[in-house]
Amino acid sequence: MKTKTETPAVELKSNHMRTIKIIGVGGAGVSLLDTLDGVEFAGAGMVAINTDGTSLAASAAMVKIHLETKLLRGLGTGGDAERGQAIAEEQFSTLKTACGGADVVLIISGLGGGAGSGISPVLARAAKETGALVLAFVTLPFLCEGNRRQQQARQSLEQLKSVADGVICLPSQKAFKLIDENTSVLDTFRITGGLLVEGVRGVWQLLTRPGLIQIHFDDLCALVRNRHSESSFAFVEASGAGRSREVVEKLLIHPLLDEGRALADSDAVLVSLMGGKDLTMAEVNRVMEQIGRHCEHVQIIMGAAVDMRMRDRLSVTVIAAKHNAAAESSAASTPATTSGDQGGQMISRGATARSGARCGTSAPAFNLEQREQLLAKNANRPRKAASKMRQEQLPLAIISKGRFDKSEPTVHKGEDLDIPTFVRRGVALN
Amino acid sequence: MFDESNIIVGLEIGTSKVCAVVGEQGDDGSLNIVGLGQSRSRGVRKGEIADAAMVEEDVRNAIVEAEQMADVEIRSVYLGVTGGHIRGFNNRGVHPVVSADREISKEDVQDVVKNAKAINLPAENTIIHAVRQHFLVDGHGGVTDPVGMLGARIEVDMHVVHGNTNRLQNAIRLVKGLQLKVEEIVSSGLASSLALLTSEQKELGALVIDIGAGTTDYVVYADGVIKHTGVLAVGGDHVSNDLGHGLKVPLSRAEKLKLEHGSALVDETMIGRTLTITNELGLPLKTINVEHLQRIMSLRLEEIFQIIASDLEQAGLTDYLRAGVFLCGGGARVPQMAPLAERILQLPVSIGQTNSISGLKSALDQPEFVTAIGLAKFGSVKSRRTDGKTSIAQGIKSTITSFLRR
Repeated sequence: MKTKTETPAVELKSNHMRTIKIIGVGGAGVSLLDTLDGVEFAGAGMVAINTDGTSLAASAAMVKIHLETKLLRGLGTGGDAERGQAIAEEQFSTLKTACGGADVVLIISGLGGGAGSGISPVLARAAKETGALVLAFVTLPFLCEGNRRQQQARQSLEQLKSVADGVICLPSQKAFKLIDENTSVLDTFRITGGLLVEGVRGVWQLLTRPGLIQIHFDDLCALVRNRHSESSFAFVEASGAGRSREVVEKLLIHPLLDEGRALADSDAVLVSLMGGKDLTMAEVNRVMEQIGRHCEHVQIIMGAAVDMRMRDRLSVTVIAAKHNAAAESSAASTPATTSGDQGGQMISRGATARSGARCGTSAPAFNLEQREQLLAKNANRPRKAASKMRQEQLPLAIISKGRFDKSEPTVHKGEDLDIPTFVRRGVALN
Repeated sequence: MFDESNIIVGLEIGTSKVCAVVGEQGDDGSLNIVGLGQSRSRGVRKGEIADAAMVEEDVRNAIVEAEQMADVEIRSVYLGVTGGHIRGFNNRGVHPVVSADREISKEDVQDVVKNAKAINLPAENTIIHAVRQHFLVDGHGGVTDPVGMLGARIEVDMHVVHGNTNRLQNAIRLVKGLQLKVEEIVSSGLASSLALLTSEQKELGALVIDIGAGTTDYVVYADGVIKHTGVLAVGGDHVSNDLGHGLKVPLSRAEKLKLEHGSALVDETMIGRTLTITNELGLPLKTINVEHLQRIMSLRLEEIFQIIASDLEQAGLTDYLRAGVFLCGGGARVPQMAPLAERILQLPVSIGQTNSISGLKSALDQPEFVTAIGLAKFGSVKSRRTDGKTSIAQGIKSTITSFLRR
């Protein structure tokens, strides 16, 4: 019901008229935006947002927004998400105008850094306030990139989930399964980026190509809107005689779908098939039957479309939305973020976020005064300082692992089992 | 003395001992244990080779002892492997039946098995075992042999055990360096379960826990097939190490204390009692509280069972183990082990017995030798299977080649 009141105009427009904006945020987002093929994505409004001027200068996007204040001294966010968030809050109106007039806003961003993690949630909120459907495509950093980036990325993901309609999240670590030993760093990043771009392309095709069996815009909205869920997606392609079988096999071993498990775990699945004009009904049927068997009690929305350029290829995009009960309940208790009394709303938002202990908190909004305080505080802080003060503890006794000192540690659920059990459990022997 | 072709040898390179078991396969396929060789292992940590030269010597000693006892020349072995890198998981393969009459052919079965094996393993890992569980035809489960049935789609569940290629190769290369052929590598846990469980117990559902010095291997059978395997790189060495740390005694002493006074549960009558350890001249060195000793040990062993219990719970297998739990390996000797395991796993626990094999009583009664016996049993099952297929011509050929190989 919320949907209807928010975007009455959208329901009336035809499928082709929808304005879609693709917004790249942060260094990763901007460079991924550039990899999107201009011809294929003709008609989309490309917007690049970053705090770093050089990355923007290199971008080919039509609209570039440079978030800058003198407090940053032209140095970007320095990998600090709080700083990114503060500056995004400051320029909230700019972000809102950037999203204006779009029915669907696709946010592309690499979480973990300062700009991506900080700005994306705020941008999602801004886009939501303009009444658009917000889908975020984000990558999580590799584990080797360090704790802090992981933490920032997780936090930002939670915030995104609570504001955006749908978050499609690609943990880069999963892409490790796709690469082998010899893949260079450059290729690895291209592959992870490529996966994300495939997802964007899948949704794009879904929204713009004429369908034989159409997926209505409403269907997509119904699937993702206000679900605040984390979805898995996969885009696979095959050609030749056995292509329908091949795509299903590829789907079921797709690392991003956890080898098909994500399908069974999800509570709604959207399947979009796209083929050349030789696409047969039997093929569509075969693919759907196989997918249906893997997710029996799941709502499936399917669409099929023909693209002359596809020749004998068949591509399938699957978005599996997982139910997020915690976030849903928090969404229900949070008033809809359309417009109006900003201040009051933010207070209630903050309150729900605080009370709902585990569920994701939305990007906190600051008033002007707070915002300036935070920015000033951040700018005055030494650049290298850790984001949180941590009380260091010196180990009271050095625990020797005895004969296992030099062997590979046996770690089970984060515990080093080589350390004597009684020491880890703190059993006193007197 | 014996016909060489009927000799099957299981070799286990364990953390505390290297053990070779010689089995003779009768014409009816039954296995008779005729020889056993063992040697203290000095170069293995957590089930994996740490000092190749030492291990080589130990293996040689064990093999020589086994050869002498059985009066045979050992040429090939079934090698047991273990280590924290070994993992098992279940996988399902799917294959559509394409033939016009929808009859499932042998090729279809081969294809579906191949599909089930085609898993995304890390590049550096290899499959040790891929064990068939059940087939599903058009979604109907419980099919053991689908050849000849009609159906549109065939699926198979497999249990796949895999490990790091390099670490597996280390052991294989070492054995090959001693001019022994490695017939096959077998995961230790699987070998132990093979030696202990009867087919009835496998059908009912059983858990075998092999607590060695370096690793604890466990295998779950249900409905006659392997459902779950796991290796935990924690074992008796850890107990000794904990004791050494907690009681502040050297490792060798801790090991001895463990054997003499250890218990899996704290003995109430021992509370307050102390032990005086003496040096070789009989002078008192240190006084040790027996309760502490047993408490340290109990906590460690308890933790091992807890980890296994939580793993099984996660796999949803606890309700399938109607035949109970069987313990083996050196750890099974610890007094009060079964009651401790019973308390944590909430299942009947007993010390495993190798009943289905005849031969040396001295070897069969020891829980430490279960894995090596299981390896020989694995070999006998394997060779029984291939025996049926070899023709006379092939038999002659193989005798000639083996003759030439000398």
